[in-house]
Amino acid sequence: MEDNNTKIIEIHDVSKVYTIGGEEVKALDHVNLTIDKGEFVSIVGPSGSGKTTLMNIIGCLDVADEGEYLLDGQPIGKYSEKELARIRNKKLGFIFQSFNLISKMTAEENVELPLIYQRVPMSERKKRVKEALKRVELDNRSKHKPNELSGGQQQRVAIARALATDPTLILADEPTGNLDSKTGIEIMNLFNELHKSGNTIVLITHNIDIATQAKRRVHIKDGQAMEVN
Amino acid sequence: MVFQSIKMAWKAILSSKMRSFLTMLGIIIGVVALVVLVSIATSATSSVTDQISSLGNNMLTAAISDDKGDPLTLAELNELIEYQEFEMAAPYGQSSVTAKYEYNNSNAAIYGTTAAYYDIQGKELASGRFLKTADVENNSYVAVISASVAEDLLETTDVIGKTISLNGTKFQIVGLLAEDDSLTVSAMNSGMEIYIPFTTAARLSDTFSDVSSFYITAANEENLDLAEAALTRYLLSRFGNDDEAFTIVNQTTIQEAMASVTNTMAIMLGGIAAISLLVGGIGIMNIMLVSVTERTREIGIRKAIGAEPRSIMFQFLIEALMVSLMGCIIGIAFSWIIIKIAAVVAGDAMTFSLSYGVVMIAVTFSLAIGVIFGIYPARKAAKKRPIDALRYDG
Repeated sequence: MEDNNTKIIEIHDVSKVYTIGGEEVKALDHVNLTIDKGEFVSIVGPSGSGKTTLMNIIGCLDVADEGEYLLDGQPIGKYSEKELARIRNKKLGFIFQSFNLISKMTAEENVELPLIYQRVPMSERKKRVKEALKRVELDNRSKHKPNELSGGQQQRVAIARALATDPTLILADEPTGNLDSKTGIEIMNLFNELHKSGNTIVLITHNIDIATQAKRRVHIKDGQAMEVN
Repeated sequence: MVFQSIKMAWKAILSSKMRSFLTMLGIIIGVVALVVLVSIATSATSSVTDQISSLGNNMLTAAISDDKGDPLTLAELNELIEYQEFEMAAPYGQSSVTAKYEYNNSNAAIYGTTAAYYDIQGKELASGRFLKTADVENNSYVAVISASVAEDLLETTDVIGKTISLNGTKFQIVGLLAEDDSLTVSAMNSGMEIYIPFTTAARLSDTFSDVSSFYITAANEENLDLAEAALTRYLLSRFGNDDEAFTIVNQTTIQEAMASVTNTMAIMLGGIAAISLLVGGIGIMNIMLVSVTERTREIGIRKAIGAEPRSIMFQFLIEALMVSLMGCIIGIAFSWIIIKIAAVVAGDAMTFSLSYGVVMIAVTFSLAIGVIFGIYPARKAAKKRPIDALRYDG
């Protein structure tokens, strides 16, 4: 645990305050959280608990008002939009509840997009897109557009997109929330596989059943994080 | 990155073809208006100046308005060309007559002049001959007619030797001029022209009794100013140093004045057309703003997976640029077709051609419009915060 390289996420005393209608709401109140490489952690909490805010901060979509956040040993705080975009691009893989695929693009193109922003050369891109789609067993659907795919398939494309850049951390926000329970289980199995092959996964959910599939659970309530054993 | 942006922009344009086309239409119309109007105006300029210069750049036109009771005579005109500054001179008087041939009647313009007129004005004959010095000396009743007179009055081109009557006096036709569809002629008197010896004309009508206006050519083109000075000196001494008794018009001056008039017109038309191009640009901005709002979620996704603000800005800017450039290219293609059609319709009277200068202006202008009106929506897209954009339900 002394080795910094094994810690993917270090959150020290992070707070975030929103002002809604002139009233201050503490979304996060001095949260502390450390996640090691290769862990599969679920963050559970009811809506309004601050888990989305935490996810935004972990995902470098937002920055904390107070406290310190180190991603892969790198302090995130005083970065410009451009630098945050680079960090998201290289270190993070997002999986959203509503899949968030670009509807005008084929599965292949959606998976390719983060690699384009990474300026990966064309031949290398094609190779990695193919590998990523194969990993989610969708290599036969690569030319399909999102609306020609089922929900489960769309989410698998999103997972392939997150995997394509080989990120340090996979961040999933309610990945099964828009799927039926059977497809949800399939997706969770996929996450378990990814975990076994060494990926670090943070899963955000309000669903206890889903959360229990992770090795470690963190509960968020009123802007405070606690370990659940 | 630029290549990727172009690819993305192309996809975005294709994904809403109708909207893209309507947006382009503003630019297309603007470009067509600009290119066609300016091309036609410049073609007209060059046609007019060509025709004026075909009349010869070494010609002066003199008109005497106040002869002080002592009019200039043909003999004096002939003395004048003995000066080394001058080459040829031809008096001209114009009047209209009723021309008659068999049972046909027609109004025509008659010109009383001399043999030199033919060379000074650069006329061409279809058949027969022009007036000769002997005709002038002998007060012959001969006439040279234009092609329109042959066509309308005699209804044949075989006119040599036939007799027509002008205001009741009989004239024998000795020459037929070649068809001349130049603007200056047809605009003035629908081409119905009859040339008779100056001396004969003087007998026919009081208008021609003396030389009140004449053409004179300089010995060479370079010395036109010298010739003008010499003619001014001569006429001043002839008419008691009254510089208001006569006017001298230099051919080059006319040409320059015409060119400046048509140039001003081209600039004015171009300016009006440029306004419609500007309106097209506002159309692009409008649609790009709508597009940015519609694609808020897409922008959020792109940002979440690592698109830098600059990439997003480029994407939308290139899209705006492509719309304006495609509109410009289509507009130029249309303009080319319209000008080809105009050239066919106008026939030989005018040569219409696409003015490459204005094509370059149109391209530059369209690019500028793409950038100017694209940059605001593009910046707006680039500035969207990813969390807000992802949450947007559009």
